[in-house]
Amino acid sequence: MLRRRTFLTGSSSLLAAPAAIRRTRADPVFDWQQCKGQSIVIAMSKNPRADVMQQHQKEFEALTGIKVESEQMPEQQQRQKMVLELSTGRPSFDVAHVSLHVSKRIIGQGKWLADLRPYLANPQLTSPDFDFADFSKPSIEAATQPDGVLDSVPLESDFWLVYYNKELLAKKAVKVPETFEDMLAGARTLTDKASGTYGFVGRGLRNANVPVWSNFVLGEDQAFVTPDGKTLLTDTPGAIAAAQTYQAIMRDCAPPGVVGFNWNECQTSFMQGKIGMWMDGVGFTPPLVDPKKSKIADHVGFAVMPAGPEAHACSVFTDALGVVSKSKNKDAAYLYIQWATGKQMLLNLVRAGGGASPRLSTYADPELLKDSPFGREWLATLLASAKMARPGLPEIVPVTEFRDVFGVALTNMIGGADPAVELRKATDAFKPVLEKSLQG
Amino acid sequence: MPDGIDAPRETATRRKLSRRNYARSYWLFILPAGVVVAAVILFPWAFTLFMSLQDMHVGSAMSFAGLANYRRMLDDDRFLWAILRTLYFTSLSVFFPTIIGVAAAVCFNKHFPLRSLARTIFILPMMATPVAVALVWTMMFHPQLGVLNYLLTSAGLPPSTWVYDSATVIPTLVMVETWQWTPLVMLIVLGGLASLPADPYEAAQLDGANGWQCFRHITLPLVWPFILVALVLRAVDALKAFDTIFVISGGGPGTSSETLNLYLYQQAFAYYDIGFASAIVVVFFALIMLVTLLLMRRRSATS
Repeated sequence: MLRRRTFLTGSSSLLAAPAAIRRTRADPVFDWQQCKGQSIVIAMSKNPRADVMQQHQKEFEALTGIKVESEQMPEQQQRQKMVLELSTGRPSFDVAHVSLHVSKRIIGQGKWLADLRPYLANPQLTSPDFDFADFSKPSIEAATQPDGVLDSVPLESDFWLVYYNKELLAKKAVKVPETFEDMLAGARTLTDKASGTYGFVGRGLRNANVPVWSNFVLGEDQAFVTPDGKTLLTDTPGAIAAAQTYQAIMRDCAPPGVVGFNWNECQTSFMQGKIGMWMDGVGFTPPLVDPKKSKIADHVGFAVMPAGPEAHACSVFTDALGVVSKSKNKDAAYLYIQWATGKQMLLNLVRAGGGASPRLSTYADPELLKDSPFGREWLATLLASAKMARPGLPEIVPVTEFRDVFGVALTNMIGGADPAVELRKATDAFKPVLEKSLQG
Repeated sequence: MPDGIDAPRETATRRKLSRRNYARSYWLFILPAGVVVAAVILFPWAFTLFMSLQDMHVGSAMSFAGLANYRRMLDDDRFLWAILRTLYFTSLSVFFPTIIGVAAAVCFNKHFPLRSLARTIFILPMMATPVAVALVWTMMFHPQLGVLNYLLTSAGLPPSTWVYDSATVIPTLVMVETWQWTPLVMLIVLGGLASLPADPYEAAQLDGANGWQCFRHITLPLVWPFILVALVLRAVDALKAFDTIFVISGGGPGTSSETLNLYLYQQAFAYYDIGFASAIVVVFFALIMLVTLLLMRRRSATS
């Protein structure tokens, strides 16, 4: 029978539970409850990172007393909506989820996100646990504007790697490629058009295809623009050689229709077991190893990006979170970012297969090392990629137009056009666009 | 009441009434509608026209550009190709639904078992949400995993690359458009057929006319005004088609299915070049007006 004393003890324990949770999570000096009662809106891109943040949102609300309203929108539409809303000066959200490789410069130019350096330096607002020095150098560079303003905190680093079908490679005695030359030769060996087996798949769709070329360009030890962002390097011998590799592998070893493939078509083709290698971002791992979705769940291998003739590098695309300059609840928004990019949340993100963490401590976590969600090879590939990652797209304002113009050139190459001619034509077409953007 | 006293008063009232300016008192009645029209039609148009004369990028200062945005169109290959593709796509997307729609209407005008059920099934595509339909088609078009290539190869035919090839992308998109919008043409023409008189047919049959002659010389001329209405609606719809193309091909491969709509969307929302995009909107509006007016004039001439 429930006695009165037992009932009172039980109910008082329940009432005290939230405070107890807060005490155990928060450090003794930092006040996570300083913005209690405020509400913030988060504008997220639809991706696994946003899923993880939403799954743990209640924990943040319990910790801080801040009410969170978050919405996910398809990536392309979210990027456009975010820029348009920010440009109006009255955005409907307080925290922006930014794809730095697309929107960094236009956001920096408009000064739409708050400079977070004063926040980081303020012990009232930044928990000692946050440990900003833990973020990798390339991720901080990606989040920093050319004038030194840090207007976002990195959330995820999407390293590019090579997924391969272990069974297919073993059947034809093809080794995991260490160079692009190996990759092309291996893909040719694996390709058997009569049986519908192809050695390679990669994005051919305009705009989406530029990051594939980007990895070949990095292997030539060069970038798309000069470090000052003013001169295009897209028709140099290195860029042309990279485009020739792209053309060769896509024409000779990829399935029919690849010219219209984005990552999702590549992923579904790869999961059917008729593709030898697929080059793309690490964030696409989970469905590949899920037996309900993939026919090759037990045979997926992970390899670091092969080396090019001049360098060994892989491209990285960084997502970040920023506080909207015009937000009325900037402190609350900053607390959210601090929580979402904290050590525990980024560990949660890696465990869920939402991508690679920009924090170095994530990869030193004993639990993760002991029991990596996708095996040791996956984790080793991730760690190796982190050491050789470079930005996969130029940091310029008209980056979407850059991807479109050069994306068309690449699709033409898949159709058989001469890479040198196409790249010169695209460079000439894009030059005035870049020059105009530099005039502001 | 004696007439002599009342007559002058009545004349005076009539004079007063005839002097009253009705227009002055009635304009208040049209004011609400006028305000709405001005706010949602005239103002956006005037503002689009204004923006088309500016150098206006999101995040940058705006400056007057005169006709530079319009001049730029003449040198822009991508724009000129987009116009040609729009006309190509539109003409095919009007032609096929019209032919099939008229044929279907003639069939459904006859009496046969389960006619109502067949009609309902025929108009189902029109009721589906275009974006959802487009996503389903995209899956079916996949060159290796799509059901369409499975069906083709099962029938001993070579597989197609559908929307994954520059040469086949527009005909494939037209196929989707035809599948979805033929029912609309059918419904309009069927309405026309239902209203036709029976006498000319009886007279023709007495004169020994066969089925084709009845169709060619009686049905078609009588139903022609309805077909023209369907043509106008279809042409306007096809000219402004966006959702299915955007979802299925995104304007690709390369730019091979990039119509004017998709191009201006890219300019406005991907490149944030609002001035140039507004100029394209103005030209696009003129193009739609031109096509519509030509068809309307043809309809008036027929009437």
